[in-house]
Amino acid sequence: MTTTALLVATRKGAWIFRSDARRTSWAVDGPHFLGHIISHLVLDPRDKTTLLAAAKTGHLGPTIFRSTDWGHTWQEAAQPPAFAKAAEGETGRAVDHTFWLTPAHGNEPDVWYAGTSPQGLFRSADGGVTWAGLSSVNDNPQFREWMGSEKDGTPDGPKLHSIIVDPRDPGHLYFGMSGGGVHESLDGGQTWQLLIKGMEVVEGFGFDAANPAFHDPHCLRLCPGNPDRLYQQNHCGIYRLDRPSASWVRIGRNMPEEVGDIGFTMTLHPRDDMTAWVLPMDGTAVWPRTSPDGKPAVYATHDGGETWQRSDAGMPKEQAWWTVKRQAMCCDSHDPVGLYFGTTSGELWMSRDEGLNWQCIARHLPEIYAVEAVVP
Amino acid sequence: MKVLIPSALHSYTQGSRAVASGSTLDEVLVDLDRQYPGIRFRMIDEQQQLRRHMRIFVNGVSAHALSQTMRPDDEVVIVQALSGG
Repeated sequence: MTTTALLVATRKGAWIFRSDARRTSWAVDGPHFLGHIISHLVLDPRDKTTLLAAAKTGHLGPTIFRSTDWGHTWQEAAQPPAFAKAAEGETGRAVDHTFWLTPAHGNEPDVWYAGTSPQGLFRSADGGVTWAGLSSVNDNPQFREWMGSEKDGTPDGPKLHSIIVDPRDPGHLYFGMSGGGVHESLDGGQTWQLLIKGMEVVEGFGFDAANPAFHDPHCLRLCPGNPDRLYQQNHCGIYRLDRPSASWVRIGRNMPEEVGDIGFTMTLHPRDDMTAWVLPMDGTAVWPRTSPDGKPAVYATHDGGETWQRSDAGMPKEQAWWTVKRQAMCCDSHDPVGLYFGTTSGELWMSRDEGLNWQCIARHLPEIYAVEAVVP
Repeated sequence: MKVLIPSALHSYTQGSRAVASGSTLDEVLVDLDRQYPGIRFRMIDEQQQLRRHMRIFVNGVSAHALSQTMRPDDEVVIVQALSGG
């Protein structure tokens, strides 16, 4: 019996790993879309059947593939995310790739959100077959100013990511922009409010922390066990936000100084809102974005970020220069929780005991972009 | 007219050769998309620009504008240009 499936998106295709009941052995299914750049592969938790894959190739433009039989067959979106055609004489934007996929609220079957590079927010109301842009973001001059140019984003393009739907309210949305800050809507995306108070910016350049353009939230997560609590791994630290407060608190200051609190990814316990895991990256000097000192580790907090514990049993003890991207760490909903991450060097790691011990379950995959754990 | 399809797009056409018609290159690509839904957007972005690593040759000459006039006996070759590893 499959108890957990890992949806692994890579720079060269997608793979699905399925575990036995004890999560001790994993069967591999793939590659799907060999040679395609798959940024995100996501299962619809509402039907536990529909998969969406955000895809492009080195040559071909971006699209969305959809499967309703767990990847046995795929159908392409009839109308993938695309920006509006610019007026004559104006320069328009073109979607380079869809980066992020989020199923909407349980009461909105077939509704999905997508975040793109360059930054755009899109919505599908038919299960991913057709997509339309949210003009409140994509055509908003203020947002366009905050997004900046393509020079202002991550190396492979600025990204709109971490689209979150409040499980209590389909109209309550969050998302992050790298760069461009954190944004919240209470009306289904018609209007947006800034949510950057408390977030720090790169020091020493005189950047104004009140300007969202200087903020780079790498990964936002909402606690499944408490939708009023959010965590964030930012370019400038690790944060927690307890609503209704609108001010983030930098809990990463409590990380060991020699490790720091820079990274891309973060995952949260499915039931305990005080437990979270991060995977620190070296943010010094020229920003290597590799495991600090070549000694990889996950760090766990069980008290909302007051204290952090190193978790590296089973990982290499030296000369392991891992990079783990923002979508590439996740957890399942079992008890004890299973933790998973994928490296850009193509290794897939897991812990079946909430981080006490780690083991590599796949090597030699392409560069891993995203890992999602689902319990079918 | 004859259209030679690169391997990256065979998932749409199920082969390397297609036939399409139109009085401009854009119309030819629209006709291709009518026959093979989705194929045009993989080559042409929403601002009606040829994507960065795609090239189209008409009778052996690189085409620079979708408005280029076409004749029924023209031969169109769609090429995937170098795009790194």
